[in-house]
Amino acid sequence: MALGPLRRIVTGVVGVTLAASVLAACGGGGGKPTLNWYINPDGQVTLNQLAKDCSTDDYSIKIQLLPASATDQRTQLARRLAAKDSSTDLMSLDPVFVPEFANAKWLAPFEGDLANKVLDDDVLKGAAETVLWDDKVVAAPQWANTQVVWYRRSLAEAAGLDMTKPVTWDQVIDAASENDATVGVQANKYEAYVVWINALIQGAGGNILDPSTVEDGRDAKVTIDSEAGKQAAAIIRKLADSPAAQPDFSTSNEGTSLGQMFPADGAGEFMTNWTFVYKNYEGLIGKPGGPKDKAGFEDLGWARYPQTVEGEESKPPIGGIDIGVGAYSKHLDFAQAAAVCVTDAKAQTALAVNEGLMPSRQSVYDSAELAKAYPADLLALFSQSVDSGGPRPKSAFYSQISSAVQSRWHSPTSVGPSTPAKSAAFLKAVLSGKALL
Amino acid sequence: MSTATAPQAPPDSDRSRAEGRLARKLVAPALVLMLLVTAFPMLRALYLSLFDYSLTAPDDRTFVGLANYGTALSDGLFWRDTVTTVAIMIITVAFELVIGFAFAMVMHKVIFARGVIRTSILIPYGVITVVSGFAWQFAFSNTNGFVNGWLPFIGDDFNWFAERNSSLIAIMASEIWKTTPFMSLLLLAGLAQVSNDMLEAAKVDGATWWQRLYKVILPNMRAAIMVAVLFRALDAYRIFDNIFVMTAGANATESISFLTYRQVIEQFQLGIGSALSVLLFLSVLVVAYVIVKLFKVNLADARQEG
Repeated sequence: MALGPLRRIVTGVVGVTLAASVLAACGGGGGKPTLNWYINPDGQVTLNQLAKDCSTDDYSIKIQLLPASATDQRTQLARRLAAKDSSTDLMSLDPVFVPEFANAKWLAPFEGDLANKVLDDDVLKGAAETVLWDDKVVAAPQWANTQVVWYRRSLAEAAGLDMTKPVTWDQVIDAASENDATVGVQANKYEAYVVWINALIQGAGGNILDPSTVEDGRDAKVTIDSEAGKQAAAIIRKLADSPAAQPDFSTSNEGTSLGQMFPADGAGEFMTNWTFVYKNYEGLIGKPGGPKDKAGFEDLGWARYPQTVEGEESKPPIGGIDIGVGAYSKHLDFAQAAAVCVTDAKAQTALAVNEGLMPSRQSVYDSAELAKAYPADLLALFSQSVDSGGPRPKSAFYSQISSAVQSRWHSPTSVGPSTPAKSAAFLKAVLSGKALL
Repeated sequence: MSTATAPQAPPDSDRSRAEGRLARKLVAPALVLMLLVTAFPMLRALYLSLFDYSLTAPDDRTFVGLANYGTALSDGLFWRDTVTTVAIMIITVAFELVIGFAFAMVMHKVIFARGVIRTSILIPYGVITVVSGFAWQFAFSNTNGFVNGWLPFIGDDFNWFAERNSSLIAIMASEIWKTTPFMSLLLLAGLAQVSNDMLEAAKVDGATWWQRLYKVILPNMRAAIMVAVLFRALDAYRIFDNIFVMTAGANATESISFLTYRQVIEQFQLGIGSALSVLLFLSVLVVAYVIVKLFKVNLADARQEG
């Protein structure tokens, strides 16, 4: 008797809870599912706009912000996916983490028509390579980054260096040393230093890990101890010993060398750096750290990434962002459709024009919007660099490989002929789980 | 003290046995819950430490026996971090013991504004370690900190976080500042135990202040000092927050806890990371054993059960 009303209350509560959870599962509001898109902080304004534009009558996309550092982005996403989080639908991934995530089966591959849409002939080769794992398309390239050598035209002229032809690192370092100028690189103990080392080694025809076995993870063959590795070490050594090295050489990053391009007095610098440099200096005309005036800005030159060995084509670094779809997402079809939308030509044009994030599709480089925003030869240089760039090792253990290389190649002032051998031994030990990082 | 408890009921009466049974029953639920939440993760870590197991390659998990322990113990990095950790432990506990004792004396002897003085001495202990880490990082910063300005023998642009020893000094300063109050609280409890009769007797016999301190106060506080040193040493051995905030392990300032954290959380190496956490647990046991032996104190004495 006494249980009567209680049971009714319980049933009522359960009923309401059930109804509420069913509603919640549909995303509340209009009953539309919500897709969560985890983005890194670059280009937030345009990405928010893309999320709005790519939401449809079937679903809406909600932006979730990841931390600023690449390491934190990776650990946060990995922890969610390792716990089979069904609310991680879309994510912006640094290309080097794609193999790791794909190998753990955390990314839902694009198949059939979708795969053809994501990876058609329009996508530049360097960017396309970053989303392939085990012969499947595991992510969609959204934008592509690459490095070129930025320099002062007046400096190259004074040094008698013909920048219309490919230049070598030796020539660049000598030209800077002889003209009171410097060479800007990224050599702090962090990812971009590995980017530099990898590009130097690939430029000499070598690799950190043998590309034909790199996908085998722990069983990959370590090939950093090679002639190419020694040539890379020799260039780092040469810059470290030359007057062209910048004062903060061993802690330099993408930002520190920017200020040396237009110093109050001095010839400026040659600097290998990412594509953002052009928009950066354009925005700094007449401001501290930037060119004095429009004419000063026109003194900024650009050329293909320097060669490690004379006559051998350089392999510019590749970066950017790929969009992955979480394997445990409740709405896989919607999430993949959304991924196609936020990486299409229109989205890439918006990112390039508004945020300076360069496209991974050739057709976007050829578009009228980009022609207005960038000089034609710079666009051609970017797209060629992305198309012929060299990837960092495509391994599920990349973050360990990178840390291992950093620990033996840093500080750059201690790099010498024995560095490749030392790093090869350490890399082997780390990959086989016989050393701590 | 044992004489004081002797006149009570004889140890094996029916009543005391019944009380013992009741006590066990009352404690049982809490004990079971504790075992569930502490024993499970510990056993799980022990189990995982026997595998080569990466979170990103769950299918490749293989049993490797004790190989992870071999890898860790034969690795230079492990020993470098152990040395760092032990150095931090010894130096901070030594400083805290001396400063903490002085504070305990002040708190014990003070006659005016007792509450205010005791509270203000204890405030740093109420500050969260991460917050104190940030506060001291700013204090030691060469761009907006005040430490360089206060120290006459140090240049204004000296970067404390550029190399190992100076970074460790900054880390230890924050650790000492934060946990000295805890030390003094434990020592205050010990000071209160020293009977006034003995002190007065020593005074009558003509003992100086130093003699009273060395011959009467300290020997009578041995158990309390051991508990204080033991607690703080075990805490200091697990130091993590200050290092995470202030240097993130740069310039070889990494502790064993930080090394473990990096293997598990950053590199997803659950196998070797678990092995490291088991080693951390074992080394904490060793530290505790050494301290107990060093002070030649029976733990039961320390709890005043003897």
